[in-house]
Amino acid sequence: MTTQHNAMNQNDSLLRFMTCGSVDDGKSTLIGRLLFDTKTILADTLTQITNTSKKRGMEAVDLSLLTDGLQAEREQGITIDVAYRYFSTGTRKYIIADAPGHEQYTRNMVTAASTANLAIILIDARKGVLTQTRRHSYLAHLVGIPHIVVAVNKMDLVNFDQAVYDKICADYLAFATEIGLHRAGHDISFIPMSALTGDMIVDRGDAMPWYTGPTMLETLEAAPPAHSEHLEPFRFPVQFVCRPHASDNPELHDFRGFMGRIESGEIAVGDAVTVLPNGYQSKVKAIQIGEEQLQSATTEQSVTLLLEDEIDTSRGDMIVKSAEAQEPVKQIEAFVCWLSETPMSTARTYVVRHTTRESKAKVGTILYKIDVNTLEEQPSQGLQMNDIARITFKLAQPLMIDSYCVNRATGAFILIDESTNNTVGAGMIV
Amino acid sequence: MINKKSLSHLDWLESEAIYILREVAGQCSNPVLLFSGGKDSLCILRLAEKAFRPGKFPFPLMHIDTGHNYKEVIDFRDQRAAELGERLIVRSVEDSIKRGTVVLKTPDEPRNKHQSVTLLEAIEEFGFDCCIGGARRDEEKARAKERIMSFRDEFGQWDPKNQRPELWNLYNARTHKGENIRAFPISNWTEMDVWQYIEREKLELPSIYFAHQRDIVMRGGAIFPVNVPLSNGETINNPKAGEDVINMQVRFRTVGDITCTAPVISDADDVSKIVLETATTTITERGATRLDDQTSDASMEQRKKEGYF
Repeated sequence: MTTQHNAMNQNDSLLRFMTCGSVDDGKSTLIGRLLFDTKTILADTLTQITNTSKKRGMEAVDLSLLTDGLQAEREQGITIDVAYRYFSTGTRKYIIADAPGHEQYTRNMVTAASTANLAIILIDARKGVLTQTRRHSYLAHLVGIPHIVVAVNKMDLVNFDQAVYDKICADYLAFATEIGLHRAGHDISFIPMSALTGDMIVDRGDAMPWYTGPTMLETLEAAPPAHSEHLEPFRFPVQFVCRPHASDNPELHDFRGFMGRIESGEIAVGDAVTVLPNGYQSKVKAIQIGEEQLQSATTEQSVTLLLEDEIDTSRGDMIVKSAEAQEPVKQIEAFVCWLSETPMSTARTYVVRHTTRESKAKVGTILYKIDVNTLEEQPSQGLQMNDIARITFKLAQPLMIDSYCVNRATGAFILIDESTNNTVGAGMIV
Repeated sequence: MINKKSLSHLDWLESEAIYILREVAGQCSNPVLLFSGGKDSLCILRLAEKAFRPGKFPFPLMHIDTGHNYKEVIDFRDQRAAELGERLIVRSVEDSIKRGTVVLKTPDEPRNKHQSVTLLEAIEEFGFDCCIGGARRDEEKARAKERIMSFRDEFGQWDPKNQRPELWNLYNARTHKGENIRAFPISNWTEMDVWQYIEREKLELPSIYFAHQRDIVMRGGAIFPVNVPLSNGETINNPKAGEDVINMQVRFRTVGDITCTAPVISDADDVSKIVLETATTTITERGATRLDDQTSDASMEQRKKEGYF
């Protein structure tokens, strides 16, 4: 067997995507197929799963075994956590967040979705649009994934019948329109496929000549990377301040570098900036990565900014362009997914972690809870694990926020329970 | 559509890793960077330079030495720490054996799993609240579900069912006294990414990563290095009676405890040849080279639960 990865290019782009569905929809088989057909699976792993397939009495190699998880999961026959997997094609590196699809795992889906720029939603061609399809789509929408790919799987079990596929697409579109999934900057595409036989995953196969659209891999290859589609304001949360005043090099005694990652937008030497929440104004004197000097920097780059003026700035502050400065707020309204087995208590104070900043937060009002299956809004007094609700919070410290649907980085926060230090909630600011 | 420049995968991975290192520095009061002299931890040193220069690293380096490490790697470890001007702490499994906290079943058994004991002792000695390591999710299935910031209790135990959800890039590294975070800045890197990064950044590596002549035997179906000199002048991995010693051209894909790390046959004597070889290999990194992962389907998972990286 010869294996040739094509991952030889240092300048490949990167796409993070997630898969939504249950094992029954063929999700594991789809991931296994992508890894297998892109030659990511190496001989020893293949031998291992071939042996296991035989042991379990299967004729063909069961590709779903590639995503077989932890001992605890195998024992219980369930998937309990998000797994991350990797493959490359020669033009792009992919990070798959593989989330279990069951209703009890809403929190895992939200977790996986938080870093994804594309979601594959699996539908069993025999079953069509189900309650779980609606749930997965709503969550992908809530967490702001811009590209949805509806994979109508198991076409081999419906004789590769175009009529079946067309009906599912129409049903899905009707529902997507109903929940506003199809909004500006967000798109939905459909692919008929069979993960089991491989049709329309990497290879087209010859069973569905009536379908002329892209295969799954072609769709993934063509999807725009995150942040490439909109002009966004410059947002730079300060992570760490570098002050090597005790350095052996006297030139560094006045060095004051603000270190962080550009969460959105672009910055260049000479740009006028404001440091929030205090509102100090200055200009960018230098941009560095380590000791390398840059003239400008863009979204997702981790850099060090030097400013013209000596400004007292620390972790948790945010540097923005003066023309795009937002007003710090002490009250927020957000959709919150509750992640903890301990229900949310409206009497308690939690810690909000937003970018690199923390503040104590008091729950204000629970406006309504959303039934993720029917999408109905219901009144609610509290929040249990996997619940999603629209809630207001009062904050002890001001935060520099944007609406989540405009900026995922500055619109997101987590809630921390200080008694356990656990991450108990995920919030998306309205 | 606006056509903005987006980062290449290597730039993106680099930026993410720098971000994680700075989060550790920003959130933890007493972190440490685990540094073995191996390729993954050498990448992390370069990332730490990019994250914190012109300042000093906000953490010391620490190596848990099994006493069964290749001399070339130990020498390289010391040389690199000195070049960087950063503090290197070494704690050794030998000392844990002397203290009686590590008990060997046989004198030459693999010591990889015993590193956990020495690591936990060092964490307690220095009061570290976070250990930065070079583990990658693509290495092994028990790692595929590992968090970037992985929580360990007072006994250093990893409980896969009780990990903090990790959303966006909002990492939660909070701990109570005695608890510990393991932070993995290159979680999302593959073996190929590591080699491409080494190539791009022109990183120096210990010589045993490159093709060299070495005495080996075939043992249990794997290539096994024999007659290996240690830093203390002793030699380990002596061939057993009846084994044919062959001198072959090999290199190491991973560098760990001598008694459980196997080389591969290779003529790749520079980084670009290794990148090419990595692109065309048919065997996974650990499958080819880590004899300790092959004892059972869940051996890595088991070791992690006991406090291993």
